[in-house]
Amino acid sequence: MKEAVMQHLPVLPVVLPMMFGAFLLLLPEARHALRGGVALFSGALQLAVALTLLILADGARPDLWPQGMGVYLLGDWPAPFGIVLVVDRLAAVMVMLSAVLGLVALVYSLAKWERAAVHYLPLLQFLLMGLNGAFLTGDIFNLFVFFEVMLAASYGLLLHGSGLARVRAGLRYIVVNLVASSMLLIGIALIYSVTGTLNMADLAGRAGALASGERLLFESGAAILSVAFVIKAGAWPLNFWLTDGYGNAAAPVAAVFSIMTKVGIYALVRLGSLLLPTGAPAAFGLEWMFIIGVATLAFGTFGLLSAQKLEKVVGYCVIVSSGTLLTALGMPGVALTGPALFYLISSVLATGAFFMLAEMIERTRSFGANVLAVTFDAFDLEDAASQNRSDDVVGVAIPAVMVFLGLSFVCCVLLVTGLPPLSGFVAKFALLSAAVEAASGPTPSIDAWLLVGGVLVSGLIGVIAMSRTGMRIFWGGERVTPRLRWSEAAPVTALIGLSIVLSIQAGPIIEYLSAAAQTLDRPAAYIEAVTSAQSIRLPQGLRP
Amino acid sequence: MELIFALAIGVLAGSGVWLLLRPRTFQVIMGLTLMSFAVNLFIFGMGRLRLNAPPVLQSGLPIDASHYVDPLPQALVLTAIVIGFASTALFLVVLLASRGLSGTDHVDGREPEA
Repeated sequence: MKEAVMQHLPVLPVVLPMMFGAFLLLLPEARHALRGGVALFSGALQLAVALTLLILADGARPDLWPQGMGVYLLGDWPAPFGIVLVVDRLAAVMVMLSAVLGLVALVYSLAKWERAAVHYLPLLQFLLMGLNGAFLTGDIFNLFVFFEVMLAASYGLLLHGSGLARVRAGLRYIVVNLVASSMLLIGIALIYSVTGTLNMADLAGRAGALASGERLLFESGAAILSVAFVIKAGAWPLNFWLTDGYGNAAAPVAAVFSIMTKVGIYALVRLGSLLLPTGAPAAFGLEWMFIIGVATLAFGTFGLLSAQKLEKVVGYCVIVSSGTLLTALGMPGVALTGPALFYLISSVLATGAFFMLAEMIERTRSFGANVLAVTFDAFDLEDAASQNRSDDVVGVAIPAVMVFLGLSFVCCVLLVTGLPPLSGFVAKFALLSAAVEAASGPTPSIDAWLLVGGVLVSGLIGVIAMSRTGMRIFWGGERVTPRLRWSEAAPVTALIGLSIVLSIQAGPIIEYLSAAAQTLDRPAAYIEAVTSAQSIRLPQGLRP
Repeated sequence: MELIFALAIGVLAGSGVWLLLRPRTFQVIMGLTLMSFAVNLFIFGMGRLRLNAPPVLQSGLPIDASHYVDPLPQALVLTAIVIGFASTALFLVVLLASRGLSGTDHVDGREPEA
């Protein structure tokens, strides 16, 4: 039993949310406690699986996973012919991140949002399925399929709660993503037509052997593919949908979405790492990623200054984090990759907490002005006599609400702008020290200084913009003290607590991430693990 | 045949992009549909165009790749069609919701000031 679970472990992050999502569809909508319990159970299981993957990817069982690479053959078809799932350190970290974020968003939404419309819980499960699949898959067409699973769920979640603002934002979000999906398909088709393979590891081997004419087609395919990834990553100039979409989404949904932009970056990093030894084409290479990253960073920073609503401010924080990541990952060499991954974790947790906090802060405004009022009326959420009222299920309101909101706001600002003592500072410090080291190396480059300057200036402007917002929220105007439930305060506290753990345990975590960066820098291990994975069912003679 | 095929893709994609940039939601969804047609044909063409060659093994033909057309792009097209169809259907619902909530079919949710 134990061995069977171990053997099928890499597919569990995809299968678990799919099964639980399907099961949740069957349960009647009115049985909130049961549905919530099932969803929480699923979240806890996914967290446990992600933790196990994280440990295994670090080489805990070399007999099962040589070099910390877990390869799972779907349907037991060997590598270039079937689809493979591959777990390495980076994939395990991303799966862990999505499990954490999924669980806290779930807890937050159980208090109220889950009741704002139907099918919230199954959609959340399917979103997690798509995310995990995209992180684990080793096949570019399968990557497209998991992208679509993720996007289909995200369309539903974005529109969750309805209302004009949300539908209008959702309309644009869907159009942009449908066009991006078309580009993804064109890119995949072009790459397949010249290399004849969809397997990423196989692709890495064949791309190097292409003749010049075919190489040109391959590079065009890769460029089109990377445009699609850059759209998902929210990079300038293709990110005008982002702040509107995320800002109008329900708070827990926006919190989970904060990892969705990182899927695009993950795909760029993964394919870039595999194609690098054979000469990475266009945007997967370093120069382009760097330029796009700097432009995104600048756009996000100026956006921070211009934004008025807190949700919009957090949306621009997501763009700034995408920009910083693209800039850092666009630097040559592997020195910055480890710190960049640490920054990724820290910023995803911070923006996730920030989105949920923003909604709680929004409640301090008088309720009539709220766009969501219509939804709440429609589903009786504010009616004390209603069956749907949530207080009787989730317990009492917490005391000292304003103190909690204020402290959490300060923590979130410290995290996203990278001020001490929380993990945002550790991440930026690691990033900057690596960049300065690169800049003072034997081949000093202007790029490193551009990165240092960009990150510092964006941090400063972030502080200015957010202290302005904070002053307006907490010190200015008429405010009512809202009722908060423990189950809403706990997720934000948990995410901030996690970032404290991140900063205390920064040493071992950065070490782990640097090991992940080393694996990315030497993709031979990945390719070797995929091509040598043996099918169990096929007789020895038929194995390739 | 290649020329006709390429022209068809080009016309579909071109009209699709043009419609996508129009201000009415119905034009946008038509544009998206045309673009997905173009993309599907493109994927199909990437498996090389061949006449009278089946994609699946047939008992009468020898087991030799030269008698068959590449089946993989056809499988990919099938997947892409299903996914594209579902997303377009979903977009149609959002389009109607937007029309109902805003009272206009403009993509901005309001009529531009003349």
